[in-house]
Amino acid sequence: MAFLAGAVFAVGFICLLFIIRLYYIVKNGSNCKPGSKGPVAVLVVAGSGGHTTEILRLMESLSAAYTPRHYVIADTDRMSEEKICSFESSKQNSDSESQFSICRIPRSREVHQSWSSSVISTLQALRFSLPLVFRLRPDVVLCNGPGTCVPLCVAALLLGILGMKKVLIVYVESICRVQTLSLTGKILYPISDYFFVQWSSLRDKYPKSIFLGRIV
Amino acid sequence: MKTVFVTVGTTSFDELIESITSPETVQALKARGYERLVLQVGRGSLLPSADSCPHITLEAYRFKDSIAEDIKYADLVISHAGAGSCLESLGAGKSLLVVINNKLMNNHQLEMARQLHMDSHLLYCSCSTLTETLRMMNLSVLQPFLPGQPKNFANFLDKALGVQ
Repeated sequence: MAFLAGAVFAVGFICLLFIIRLYYIVKNGSNCKPGSKGPVAVLVVAGSGGHTTEILRLMESLSAAYTPRHYVIADTDRMSEEKICSFESSKQNSDSESQFSICRIPRSREVHQSWSSSVISTLQALRFSLPLVFRLRPDVVLCNGPGTCVPLCVAALLLGILGMKKVLIVYVESICRVQTLSLTGKILYPISDYFFVQWSSLRDKYPKSIFLGRIV
Repeated sequence: MKTVFVTVGTTSFDELIESITSPETVQALKARGYERLVLQVGRGSLLPSADSCPHITLEAYRFKDSIAEDIKYADLVISHAGAGSCLESLGAGKSLLVVINNKLMNNHQLEMARQLHMDSHLLYCSCSTLTETLRMMNLSVLQPFLPGQPKNFANFLDKALGVQ
């Protein structure tokens, strides 16, 4: 009986620590300056179709300081890999040391998939995301909306909570989103370090967001 | 030959392919002077054969590495509301008619099509109003679409992350 009470207390205490750490991590994102120490390692989440196009337009603008670049795509995505490879080869300079890699994880959710099975497949994707993020230890996770980014961002957050490394979460909501955030956007808005929207109507609704006009 | 290019990106949109190849719609296209119809059908189950539409030259395929050429030679682009397809067509300076897919979850694509339509960058309709739109459309009201500025994003991020 006392043992049970003790166990409940211990679990409750750990949860409290967890929440305090989470709050601290999210609060202090802006103090983290990975660029001041050298190259910035980026984990780039590439969704299907338009998501990949948008994220590659953003990647195009980033300087050579952002390296290595680890692209993560869903296992059922065939087209993104080709787009990424041709983008990276066009960026390759003779004296550049830029490196990139492509990793695959199970898709969190297919288009038209029901809500209940989406939760299960997202948890499944988390099983792959955790070891991947723990191994790569990026400075920044860059994502723009596909469900694939949720487990990866959760893994990145966990790295910070456990005190292993602070990983910045940079989210750019798709240009498609004018009046409402995507489901992924709504989930990641409270925990992102930098949350970009591309239309002023969203900036008005989500005060923590950053609005620089259309950026893709 | 005046050409219409239809694209559904990486999705499937059988309703659009069916509508655009229906006799009334082909008739509407011909009445506007279009003589060639190129269909990019993506993952859809309908892949019309070249001879399935009398009165108009028809080509259909699923995917290409790049649809830039097809966009370049089109006089009108008819597209689903996906960001990539729209941005590519608008970026090439083409007249764009966006067709909304009512079967998608929450149909958020409507937001962007509506906004870009309000800003006079494209026309939009649904499959059921496609023929009517093609008959009545006035492309001269469309305004040029300026590209987005990813450099603003890069500059902001460099500053925020302390990149030298």
